[in-house]
Amino acid sequence: MAISVRGVTKRFGDFVALDEVSLAIPSGSLTVLLGPSGSGKSTLLRVIAGLELPDSGRVSIFDTDATDLPPQKRGVGFVFQHYASFKRMNVRDNVAFGMKIQKRPKNEIRARVDELLGLVQLQGLAERYPSQLSGGQRQRMALARALAVEPKVLLLDEPFGALDARVRKDLRTWLRRLHEDVQVTTVLVTHDQEEAMEVADRIAVVNHGRIEQYGKPRDLYEHPATEFVMTFVGPVTRFREAYIRPHDLDVGREPRGSYEEATVEKVVHLGFEVRVELTLAEGDRLEAQLTKREVEGLELLEGQRVFVSPRRLTRVDQNGSAPHVTSS
Amino acid sequence: MVADARSRIAGRARRDPGASSRWALRSTAFLYLGLFVLLPVAVILQRGYGSGLGNLEDALHSFGAWNAIRLTVVLAVVTAIVNGVFGTLLAYVLVRIPFPGREIVSAIVDLPFAIPSLVAGVMLVALYGPTSVVGGWFEDHGLKIIFAVPGILLALLFVTLPLVVRSVQPVLSELDREEEEAAHTLGAHGWTTFRKIVLPALRPAIVAGSLLVFARSLGEFGAIVFVAGNIPNQTLTAPVFITQLLSPGSYGQSGGPDQAAAVAGLLFGLAFIVVLLTEKLISGRLERTT
Amino acid sequence: MSEAHAQPLASGGPADRAASRGRGVRALLVGIALLYVLVLIVAPLGGIIFYGLRSGLGAITDTFSQQDVVHAFYLTFVIMLIAVAVTTVLGLAVAFVLARDRFRGKSFLSALVNLPLAVSPVVVGLMAILLFGRGGWFEPFFTAQGIRIVFALPSMILVTIFISIPFVIREIVPLLEELGTEEEQAAWTLGASRLQTFFRITLPNIRWGLFYGMALSAARSIGEVGAVLVVSGLLQGQTETATLYILRAFDQYQPERGYIVALMLAAFSILLLIGIEMFKRRGLKRAGE
Repeated sequence: MAISVRGVTKRFGDFVALDEVSLAIPSGSLTVLLGPSGSGKSTLLRVIAGLELPDSGRVSIFDTDATDLPPQKRGVGFVFQHYASFKRMNVRDNVAFGMKIQKRPKNEIRARVDELLGLVQLQGLAERYPSQLSGGQRQRMALARALAVEPKVLLLDEPFGALDARVRKDLRTWLRRLHEDVQVTTVLVTHDQEEAMEVADRIAVVNHGRIEQYGKPRDLYEHPATEFVMTFVGPVTRFREAYIRPHDLDVGREPRGSYEEATVEKVVHLGFEVRVELTLAEGDRLEAQLTKREVEGLELLEGQRVFVSPRRLTRVDQNGSAPHVTSS
Repeated sequence: MVADARSRIAGRARRDPGASSRWALRSTAFLYLGLFVLLPVAVILQRGYGSGLGNLEDALHSFGAWNAIRLTVVLAVVTAIVNGVFGTLLAYVLVRIPFPGREIVSAIVDLPFAIPSLVAGVMLVALYGPTSVVGGWFEDHGLKIIFAVPGILLALLFVTLPLVVRSVQPVLSELDREEEEAAHTLGAHGWTTFRKIVLPALRPAIVAGSLLVFARSLGEFGAIVFVAGNIPNQTLTAPVFITQLLSPGSYGQSGGPDQAAAVAGLLFGLAFIVVLLTEKLISGRLERTT
Repeated sequence: MSEAHAQPLASGGPADRAASRGRGVRALLVGIALLYVLVLIVAPLGGIIFYGLRSGLGAITDTFSQQDVVHAFYLTFVIMLIAVAVTTVLGLAVAFVLARDRFRGKSFLSALVNLPLAVSPVVVGLMAILLFGRGGWFEPFFTAQGIRIVFALPSMILVTIFISIPFVIREIVPLLEELGTEEEQAAWTLGASRLQTFFRITLPNIRWGLFYGMALSAARSIGEVGAVLVVSGLLQGQTETATLYILRAFDQYQPERGYIVALMLAAFSILLLIGIEMFKRRGLKRAGE
């Protein structure tokens, strides 16, 4: 195991940020800590890095107990949401910083900086200062800087959170490819579920200081362990007391079998996908997600009477955890 | 239980790599300020008031004592008010009204901060002294500036002017113009807008600056000792009076350091309370002197 | 005061009159402000420049070849250098504690930092006398060692330190708060020790604020007169700083010398602060801010 977190608790005054959290992250993987604001995901990352001290529990990095080690000695690379660029140094000196601390020979530093700048596509910008770079460029520099010291694990704290949507998407793809090239065990913190699904080998869903589920993205999506995981990872709509994914709701013009009657309230075209807002007979509101072709084939219009049937329902039981999934 | 606590503390320190440097910094800071600031204040209070109010009474019975204190406080108040008004005016002019030479005027306003206070006194004597062109003219018309109260006031105004301007200027330049623009659209102009919208927003800064002026004026020595003539009951201020207590004999004081300490404690206490109030007004954060 | 947003619709109309009235008011305000500054600051500055330079270049060189003048300046600068050094190094420690550390009693520490600003310089001198002078708390100890504190250089240094304490701290603390700790945390993850991080990351980032605080400290130290007057013994020629020399010069009817030395002190302080301000602007431009 690359990173092993055991029973970590962290309090800030009365607020419990992490509650007996345990996690085992395999070597070479890209794990995403996914959760809403205040869930404790950043705190967990910082505990792994040594930037926060847990009140109890242990952290091991590649089988070495790191709990009592300062961040300097853990061999972690850290990328901050707001870049933390050394603003008094140019790009080259930023990336070279860690190596200079290690007192590596000058030509080795120079060669490696050039190599890394090529890797993150910042070649030619080595003499610029961070204030002269765009957000995306600064973050790529931060990555190069973190990778320069050959960290055992790479930790990224909402690295794309401060960037524009377009840049975010591009960097997401780019990071995934970088990980495939460099193969360093990586942990990334985000609140963006789409980002998590796209980038991760595994996702740990964090909520109120606890890990609700840790597994492959597809498993989380199709077999959520708790109500929270279901609603957070992927779109949901309520079907009476159960949850359903909007694209698992069949819509038809003819009644068939267990189909129920519903009225079309609104048809919203979102490009290829179409969101159809429906009301059941009792007045419950629903959302179905269909493709453009399906909608055209059904000739759906507002006010029409249609019939709906759920393909996969997730029923939430009494205490809101361990939902049962039933398919029809 | 003690062993328990001790091992907990030891364990905590072991696991907290930053703890030792934190404790080193804290001890340094407390030692430094404790020795250099707390200790001297303590000795003033102990020597001045350690045996009750006797020292203060004796000091106040000295020739010219009461008037010195009264003069100092009155002048400090007048200075605070005058520079409160003119300082605000200057800040407003510098921030809101573009005019040629604005940068130069801004630099000139900062001048009293750079110039030693004694030199300020020298400057005023040079220009307004009885032998100079300007001062001579005033003397001939019956107005004594130097070696009289007007001179002291000038010196205090000079030395404290930047305090208000620098207090108000940043607040004014960061003020959101929207409220004023809204007032304009509702028909208010000029002075009304200023009085009802701008002034209330500036009030804390103006008051804070004026309080600093007051505190500074209470203790001013260098500019005054030169300019004032130090005539008891007429132009003697409290700080100069304290020096006289330390060299007894002149003007018939009984003097002595303990009496000086009593008066000093009074002066210092007043100024310190004012500085604390000022900190409260600017939300308790340490303010840059720039 | 209204900015002239729109063009007047027609000349002579009420909007036009209001606009020109607004302009007139603003001109008046500028006039009053300038007059105040002129009378209070510019004219006296002109006065001292005039009187200082009136006796010509010869008088200036003559003054600075006097032994007591040279010694006075020497003393002033030695005291200033020591005071600035001490208050800078220790002030940095205090600034870090105030900006970064969290504990009860921090506002007490903050009050201690501001306290010297409230104390009259004369009172500062008195404090030194009460501590080290005859009958003072520490006097027996130092007399036994044969060390003279008051009426000698050590007390002059100590009082100058006292009055210089706030400047560096008050410049650095807001700066540290603004800067935050992220760059430092990044440096730690890259393997830099706390000390290395301080010298390579923190110090360069606070450089200009630090220099400005030191310059304010220096200007204040050079200009100190009340406190050194009290502790120097009032009569000594050996413990005479430049400011004390000025007092004596006028006392002994040598006003030209007094004006010249006063002018030099003023010029030095002003140049110091201008220099720092200029460096600050250039430094900001280089980092591209």
